[in-house]
Amino acid sequence: MNDSSPELIEGLIQIGLPLFLIILAKITGMILEKAHFRSIVEREAEFQDLPVTNLKTLPQDQEIEGAWLCTGSVVVGSDYFKRFAAGLKTLIGGRLRAFETLLERGRREAILRLKEEARRQGATMVINVRLETSSISQGRGKQTFASSEIVAYGTAIRTAEKN
Amino acid sequence: MLLSNTEMIPGFRTVRHIGLVQGNTIRAKNIGRDILAGFKNIVGGELKGYTELLTEARKEATERMIQQAQTAGANAIVNVRFATSSIMQGAAELFAYGTAVTVEQETQA
Repeated sequence: MNDSSPELIEGLIQIGLPLFLIILAKITGMILEKAHFRSIVEREAEFQDLPVTNLKTLPQDQEIEGAWLCTGSVVVGSDYFKRFAAGLKTLIGGRLRAFETLLERGRREAILRLKEEARRQGATMVINVRLETSSISQGRGKQTFASSEIVAYGTAIRTAEKN
Repeated sequence: MLLSNTEMIPGFRTVRHIGLVQGNTIRAKNIGRDILAGFKNIVGGELKGYTELLTEARKEATERMIQQAQTAGANAIVNVRFATSSIMQGAAELFAYGTAVTVEQETQA
């Protein structure tokens, strides 16, 4: 009886530690994601009056006072739970919902930062917006996705009413 | 120096095309940031250290592109594009390119 208990404890630690990390990551990841989405929705409402388009056409009825390049970027990383879930999912294929929400968060955040910069510099509109995504670091071992950079850039313009 | 990612600078007239200009920079992550990012890997979300690093690197790539355009005698760069490529584990290349042009203010008709 006494011989087996150190092995039992060791075994428990070996299984328990990853399990604990997964559960911890699941809970904190979920809380952080919810909070982030809430703040994204809030800020999107705040910036509603600053239109952002991926069209090249300028507003014809207004005078252009200035134009300059604006960027916004963000690096997002996946959490331990998401990587674990995705690792399982790659066995059977299909949607990786965990990563979908991660990249959606990243894109919306990047666009918001673009808008923030544009507003700070006095723009009234951002045209020809492009979104670029690149994976900047590979995960260790089999886990192929660790973090990704998303950059949004476009031409900010300041318009004035034609008189 | 005026920059834009449209084909012309709004409100300006392109008088001369000079040609393609580019700037790049390759950055490696540093250990301090990597350790922090390692912790962040457990809970996920934004990796602020990397965001700063890449924003800074992109600024430098843009600076180099601007320098090249200035030596060529341009006063604006149009159709600017950004690209990123990973060259090896733990290092990324940031790359900016565009067309150098000279522009002049449009006279109001």
